[in-house]
Amino acid sequence: MKKLLSGNEAVARGIYEAGVKFASAYPGTPSTEILENVVQYKKDVYCEWAPNEKVALEAVIGASMGGVRAISVMKHVGLNVAADPLFSMAYIGSNGGIVIITADEPSMHSSQNEQDNRHYARAAKIPCIEPSDSQEAKDFIIAAFEISEKFDTPVLFRMTTRICHSKSIVELGKKKEVPSKGFTKNFQKYVVLPANARKLHLKVEERLKKLEKYGYNCLLNKLEINDSKIGIITNGIAYQYAKEVFPDASILKLGLTFPIPKKLISEFAKKVKTLYVIEELEPFFEEQIKAMGIKIIGKDKLPITFEFNTNIVEENLLNRKSYREIEVKNLPPRPPALCPGCPHRAPFYTLHKLDVNVTGDIGCYTLGGLPPLSAIHTCVCMGASIGCGYGIEKAMEQNPTGKVVAVIGDSTFVHSGITELINVIYNKGISTICIMDNSITAMTGHQEHPGTGKTLMGEQTHKLDLIELVKACGVKKENLRPVNAFDLKEIMTVFKEELAKSEPSVIITQGPCIFIEPKNKKWKLFEIDSEKCKACSICLQIGCPAISKSDDNKAVIDPIFCLGCTVCVQVCPFDSIIEIKR
Amino acid sequence: MAKKNNINILICGVGGQGILLASEILSEVLMKVGYDVKKSEIHGMAQRGGSVESHIRAGKKVYSPLIKKGEADFILSFESIEGLRYLEYLSPKGKLIRNTQKIIPLTVTIGNAEYPKNPEKIAKQNDIDTISINAAEIARQLGSDKVVNIILLGVLAKFLDIDKKIWDDILLNWMKAKKLSQKITKINSSAFEKGFNS
Repeated sequence: MKKLLSGNEAVARGIYEAGVKFASAYPGTPSTEILENVVQYKKDVYCEWAPNEKVALEAVIGASMGGVRAISVMKHVGLNVAADPLFSMAYIGSNGGIVIITADEPSMHSSQNEQDNRHYARAAKIPCIEPSDSQEAKDFIIAAFEISEKFDTPVLFRMTTRICHSKSIVELGKKKEVPSKGFTKNFQKYVVLPANARKLHLKVEERLKKLEKYGYNCLLNKLEINDSKIGIITNGIAYQYAKEVFPDASILKLGLTFPIPKKLISEFAKKVKTLYVIEELEPFFEEQIKAMGIKIIGKDKLPITFEFNTNIVEENLLNRKSYREIEVKNLPPRPPALCPGCPHRAPFYTLHKLDVNVTGDIGCYTLGGLPPLSAIHTCVCMGASIGCGYGIEKAMEQNPTGKVVAVIGDSTFVHSGITELINVIYNKGISTICIMDNSITAMTGHQEHPGTGKTLMGEQTHKLDLIELVKACGVKKENLRPVNAFDLKEIMTVFKEELAKSEPSVIITQGPCIFIEPKNKKWKLFEIDSEKCKACSICLQIGCPAISKSDDNKAVIDPIFCLGCTVCVQVCPFDSIIEIKR
Repeated sequence: MAKKNNINILICGVGGQGILLASEILSEVLMKVGYDVKKSEIHGMAQRGGSVESHIRAGKKVYSPLIKKGEADFILSFESIEGLRYLEYLSPKGKLIRNTQKIIPLTVTIGNAEYPKNPEKIAKQNDIDTISINAAEIARQLGSDKVVNIILLGVLAKFLDIDKKIWDDILLNWMKAKKLSQKITKINSSAFEKGFNS
């Protein structure tokens, strides 16, 4: 049967067909939909959201040791979090097949950097596999498990946003039954103490040599011999652009992208006159091929930053522009914004008014950094808000009270904020921390986490009590302040009180993300009484997409978008925003 | 449309307008016709009221999931000015189908940018073959703000040489799969007809 599937949907199907028994992940764009789609096969594949990527990978390592095929899924920066177990696993190898998916993000559509995680495969000395469309995404996952078991190695499976989120036609296959091998004690293999690790490292080097040989004629590397004038070595989505620009060229498409098949590359290079290497981001193949003494054209012409497309490949390699340039000047930018009804709006408006330094984190609330709220002043990585806020305070030690607020979401707090809070208490910090609790992992599309009381497979489970947790870390009861996320007055009072203290405080703004409210919820609706509106523009400063200016400069509320959160009502000095019937 | 030609359609608009659903239905229709189909869009950050673009390509064999600049047969703009961001993608014979509905970006609301006064004129100045339709108004008359995307698909369907029965079947399958009520199903069906006969 044929289906139109995204790369992520296809990988999920591949996981099912490969007979995988255990899958664990933390959500992260562009990887999130993989486990969201695996869950449809939950009768066959156990799957879960872990609190973070390190936890996910360690559970997956255990499942592999336990004898079943297991997979961990994360976005590229998630692998930074999981790097510690990855490097140990590289020595330990597999029992049941083990695959780690890294979803890289050239162009950083929803990420803080564009690291090329092929470097992780090289650094950890494990094979890397990369698909170039949805069919390959499915088929290569199955191959990845076979390689993992055949070569006693974890496999890094690298996708990019364009593979994850593009749809193409996939021929579905049948599920393979893979019996469990069970766990057997094996001190030399599973215990990486130095004496064992030294022996294991020697094995890893041997393994790499074998994998390189395997790459010479494995099906993952595809040779298309056409015209000998131009040869192209490429991988992933870049292959598709290469095919558009050079339909007649000879192409070596690498699917097993580490270790590179040196013999195959040498032979290919001899067959063609000009050799291009077309790869997004880092000159990963390029540097290795150049080190072999082969002359190629690559990053001297093609950009090292951002995604490619057909135009970029054509313009840089052929110096050809085949479209009419049209520049429409002064189109207003349309960046993403906090949604109408978002529970983060009132806290950010308050922080903006207080004019404090706000250390931010990773999630929807990063959008609170954009105008008009402009209330996030640092953003580093998951969990860093608390550490950075604490560090800034330590640096300004003379009089830091009332200067810094760290904001972090509930899911991010559980991911990697807890140890940061423990550090603040342990090392006698005085941080004011705001946990914005919207009861979901919102930015990635509303996934459950330990604080929601539900699992990925839809089961009820223990609900992590944030208040008890924060108390247990050592925050005094009187400095722990849950507040209604929509009540501006209360939020302002609590922030002022806690900022004045020279002890650590945690404010928890509580209000659910609009997307997890029940479908039949009766949302309120407001409109501007244009008689009363004095066109003061104060309500425009809360940054609500439902409010705009009419021709007479008075505010106007779009009833399609308004969800009646009342934040605008609370800021209006003229009581000109009134509730109407929906 | 002969099967050997590629069809390239770029749908753009604002997050929350139902663009991904429209591109999904369109892709299913093209697949049913027998084409190789690819489509591409970005999820995540882009959905929060930001600009959204979806590329749909169909043909005998499609490689890149992204449309090359200068090769789009249609830009289907769900919002009055969003299509203007992508004019370079249109082929010389391409058409801009524009919903005249305005959604004011925050950058305009807070006074950091201006909303173009006459988008139609901008398209004309650049020799763009444009069709404008007020899909939001039609949707309102039908009794649901949410069917703007289906109306616009109907308009697009008018220009594609595809048996209307295929459209009807795919739409019906989608509504069945979503378990839409009889009332909503009827509104969606009329929405497509309104666009198709506009």
